[in-house]
Amino acid sequence: MAVQGKIAALRGRMLRREVSCEEITRAYLDAIEKKNGALNAYVLTTPDTALHTARAVDAKIARGETLAPLEGIPMTLKDNISTKGIETTCCSRILKGYSPIYNASVWEKLAGQNAVLLGKTNMDEFAMGSTCETSCFGGANNPYDLDRVAGGSSGGVASAVGGGMAAYGLGSDTGGSVRQPASFCGLVGLKPTYGAVSRYGLIAYASSFDQIGPITVTAADAAAVCDAICFYDEQDSTSVPRRYEPAAGALEQDLRGVRIGVAKEFMQAVQPAVLKAVEEAIAVYRSLGAEIVELSLSTLSIALPVYYILACAEASSNLGRYDGIRYGYQAGTAGNLNECICRTRSEGFGPEVQRRILLGTYVLSAGYFDAYYKKAQTLRGAVVRSFDEAFAKCDFLLAPTAPVTAFRHGRAAANPIETYQSDICTVPVNIAGLPALSLPCGFDPDGMPIGLQLIGRAFDEKTLLAAAHRFEQATDGAYLCREVLA
Amino acid sequence: MRQYEMIAGLETHVELSTKTKIFCGCTTAFGSEPNTHCCPVCTGMPGTLPKLNARVVEYAVRAGLATGCRINRISKMDRKNYVYPDLPKAYQISQYDKPLCEWGRIELSNGRTIRITRIHIEEDAGKLVHVRGNTLVDYNRGGVPLIEIVTEPDFRSADEIREYLETLQLTMKTIGVSDCKMQEGSLRCDVNISVRPVGSETFGTRTEIKNMNSFTYMEKAVAYETERQIDLIESGGTVVQETRRYDEASGMTESMRGKEDADDYRYFREPDLVTIAVTDEQIEQWQADMPELPRHRLDRYTNQLQLPAADAALLVKYPRIAAYFDEAAQGVNARTVANFILGALFRRLPTDAEKENAAFPVPAAYLHDLAALIDGGKLNMNLAKTTFEKMLDTGKPVSDLLTQADLAGLDAEALAAVCRAAVENNPAAVADIRAGKEKAMGALIGYVMKATRGKADAGAATALLKQLIG
Repeated sequence: MAVQGKIAALRGRMLRREVSCEEITRAYLDAIEKKNGALNAYVLTTPDTALHTARAVDAKIARGETLAPLEGIPMTLKDNISTKGIETTCCSRILKGYSPIYNASVWEKLAGQNAVLLGKTNMDEFAMGSTCETSCFGGANNPYDLDRVAGGSSGGVASAVGGGMAAYGLGSDTGGSVRQPASFCGLVGLKPTYGAVSRYGLIAYASSFDQIGPITVTAADAAAVCDAICFYDEQDSTSVPRRYEPAAGALEQDLRGVRIGVAKEFMQAVQPAVLKAVEEAIAVYRSLGAEIVELSLSTLSIALPVYYILACAEASSNLGRYDGIRYGYQAGTAGNLNECICRTRSEGFGPEVQRRILLGTYVLSAGYFDAYYKKAQTLRGAVVRSFDEAFAKCDFLLAPTAPVTAFRHGRAAANPIETYQSDICTVPVNIAGLPALSLPCGFDPDGMPIGLQLIGRAFDEKTLLAAAHRFEQATDGAYLCREVLA
Repeated sequence: MRQYEMIAGLETHVELSTKTKIFCGCTTAFGSEPNTHCCPVCTGMPGTLPKLNARVVEYAVRAGLATGCRINRISKMDRKNYVYPDLPKAYQISQYDKPLCEWGRIELSNGRTIRITRIHIEEDAGKLVHVRGNTLVDYNRGGVPLIEIVTEPDFRSADEIREYLETLQLTMKTIGVSDCKMQEGSLRCDVNISVRPVGSETFGTRTEIKNMNSFTYMEKAVAYETERQIDLIESGGTVVQETRRYDEASGMTESMRGKEDADDYRYFREPDLVTIAVTDEQIEQWQADMPELPRHRLDRYTNQLQLPAADAALLVKYPRIAAYFDEAAQGVNARTVANFILGALFRRLPTDAEKENAAFPVPAAYLHDLAALIDGGKLNMNLAKTTFEKMLDTGKPVSDLLTQADLAGLDAEALAAVCRAAVENNPAAVADIRAGKEKAMGALIGYVMKATRGKADAGAATALLKQLIG
């Protein structure tokens, strides 16, 4: 089966004038109207601007003008991507009522191409969580099973795309926040290389890990979005200037002779159904002519503590600015300034955010800095080197995206450590700043989707997208969200 | 009572005069309406990122080169975390363990050397404005680039601190990286101060006096704090390590916070900025562009041009005046030019500010031409002085102010004729002189000068007159 993308399909119908952009947009807005109550994917919808943009696109089509690849395609943004004049809260009480006075660079670019923004989607508060349940709006639900989480932190984007309420969405991935919800909801999630996508306007959780990435229905969709959002932005000093090779036109790659690394450490402590699905995926790649290389990534065992120390340290500093004085929530003005700020932060931040601020403050404090932050920084280098060594032996790595399928609601809050541990397969990638994507590769006995993770060399998103596309073709799109794709 | 000596080290913040702020494109102009020179970046709006202004690195390295620092080819920015309403991100982007410049020095006139530990770049905070019981924040200054210059504890008197600061100020102005205006806050300093009995090798406990922005207050604060610490020790007490503030009204320092209340800044590398690399080529270029530094200029004026030390210091104190002097003194008697500048010109620029701005009534070339005439014996000093005054009044060159006749000189015969006329027409003065009243000679000289429009040489005229009167 030739699996194409949702985006290409919509674009084709618009250009053939089978349907107008406004009609497509209205259909999505209707879907939101009908389904969002159950899925809780959107925390804010923007129907007026969506329809306004859609009509502008229809006018362009009527004039016979060419459209940019994502022009007129209805989409959503995670609620931590700044949108000028549109409330952006990070799903935190502390930012309630905050409307940015500028656009994130990525949104500025897409808005300039008439991307149709349907609204802002749910997330774990400040992207801290793996279930979307730390959102001040309550968590987003999984389209496959409403009793389960959509994953996190970009759970709202996954729930919206998987629930047919957006053609694609942009999330952010700090420790797996795009890939894991994509995995939980049977979607494709791409975390680009650190420095590939501008972070300007992405409200920071952990600056040296955060990266914006798409959640889409197919690999071809992910390639189209990747091509649109990867550009050099001088407003982000960590953005890397380079010659960009588009991925969308390069999906039909022959996998014969391609070396795929499988590290045994990734396969430990993985649910049997997940292990089985990943092993079957390996067999598919072998049948396509790829060479499977077994190797070891010994530094995986230190990845979680390194990630949680460094990410929390950066978060404790990044979140220091929320004092309720200039914008967002303020817990009254009684008492002196410090009391006012203290009360605002105590009431404005949820427990998970407070936990990470405290953790981060602790590891940076005088007397503890060397034992925690400095040591973690050193070990970060070791993780980077072990990936370098692995890539000497293979072209990309293959692993599960998460050791489990979607949790039932409430499980994470009761078991914070266990939930942190479920990030084991995704955080090493952020530590090393590498690109990785998750694609659906199977279902567990309950019918919940399982995600396969492909991890590439820096700035080699193209190879991952092509390999994912080939897998979809070889498996007849059997694991994709067929209902949405139809 | 035992003899004590004070020991001090300085942390000086100098605002750099780049056109735009350190991490965004906002202007650094001073004195505008509050919150008109800011943007999402310098007000720390969520999601914004800093972008390092390359000029800031250049200016800081130039400052380092001018003070003999070692320049680190690789350095980085760090976050200094603390909460204060003038700091919208709740952290200041600064440099912690990898500053741009390290290990420089400034020489004092008493032969001692002040060692500079480091110079690093950082962003300034906003300003709190207190209005009728309310506190408002003005972010115009937020993100203005600063360098912090830290010294070793090498000062032994308030005079040394003053001289160091004046030298620093002059150096920064000369190389064009800051205007160092204390009254506008573009130069501020914190003094770390301790005392110890003379002869002791160990340092006493120090206190830090924050944010002094005038030489006078700095001197008073240092004097007060030194006395306070000595009195405390002499009366059996101990100095507590703390941060103190100088109260200008009472003339005393008072405790702001103790060591136990000191902020833990939780420094860590700024993840939003990349490593700063300074190349050898850049350093060579900036070193080559460096104008003559004040200490070198002073040496040249006193040694090569033979100016008196006090005169040289006065010229060097104002970089624009010194440049004017250099231009005017090209190839002519430097002392003559210096005298004109320090005399007539300075009288017309009475304040420091006017000398700094140096809005000269005439180009340096006019003064040069005047001095050349004096050197060539075409013009005597008296006429030159009045001509220079006229020049300053009218802005005209010497050629417009003097006739050919003025410049033709006065031959001996003509002078003799004028002198004879003076004797004939001033019988009373002649009588007085004959009676021994030497002072009356003035009237005769006055006559001669008037008659020759100042061209006559006073010495030659006096000799001739004496001869005529007998």
